[in-house]
Amino acid sequence: MKFAIALFSAAHAPSSRRALLFAQAALAGGHEIVRLFFYQDGVYSAANTVVAPQDEQDIARQWREFVSQHQLDGVVCIAAALRRGVLNAEEATRYQRSAVNLEAPWALSGLGQLHDATQAADRLICFGGP
Amino acid sequence: MSKSLLVISRQAPWSGPSAREALDIVLAGGAFDLPIGLLFMDDGVFQLAPGQDAKAVQQKDLSANLQALGLFGIDDVFACSHSLAERGLTPPASAQPLDSAAVSQLIERYDQVMTL
Repeated sequence: MKFAIALFSAAHAPSSRRALLFAQAALAGGHEIVRLFFYQDGVYSAANTVVAPQDEQDIARQWREFVSQHQLDGVVCIAAALRRGVLNAEEATRYQRSAVNLEAPWALSGLGQLHDATQAADRLICFGGP
Repeated sequence: MSKSLLVISRQAPWSGPSAREALDIVLAGGAFDLPIGLLFMDDGVFQLAPGQDAKAVQQKDLSANLQALGLFGIDDVFACSHSLAERGLTPPASAQPLDSAAVSQLIERYDQVMTL
């Protein structure tokens, strides 16, 4: 089955971890992930500036490693990210900000990518939110 | 044929960017001519309340975006009548009120559902 996965919560939220476990289980079960789309506070789950305490899981890092390892299409909503100060090098230069906290494998793009993934997938699975 | 998507908007308009971001998904879908429905539920029905003064809380007015729904071809706009009644709101002209049974039927009708 083809899954599109949307995440709406930050790396420290339980739903970010649940989404990661679901994504890992989907691939392990032979399914396909057409795209991961991080929206709302989900953009924080892609930030590379998260520092988890030593005795806690570093979910943002695990997400990065998971997406890289499986060469997944990991998209972070650009409007949601800019509003929350999650910037890649290009956007930091564009808006003259000193910090860059988003890097490969994540790509910044628009909501069209969410709709495109929803159309391509058999199931859209959302994590987080209110 | 395009898959249909129902967006369930559950946050009050001034409780953060969630309401606006839910609406952005709907408008983006409309711009791509996708079959999109929008259901206001729980505190989300406050987005339909009349007489809101966005300036008083130094925010942008969300109602302009709501009015844009028709321009983007989004005609399937619903509100949970239970949520409206709980909050003392009368059903607005801009959204079709649905009771709980009708809400379940609505969710069944769509290929994908997203709750924000």
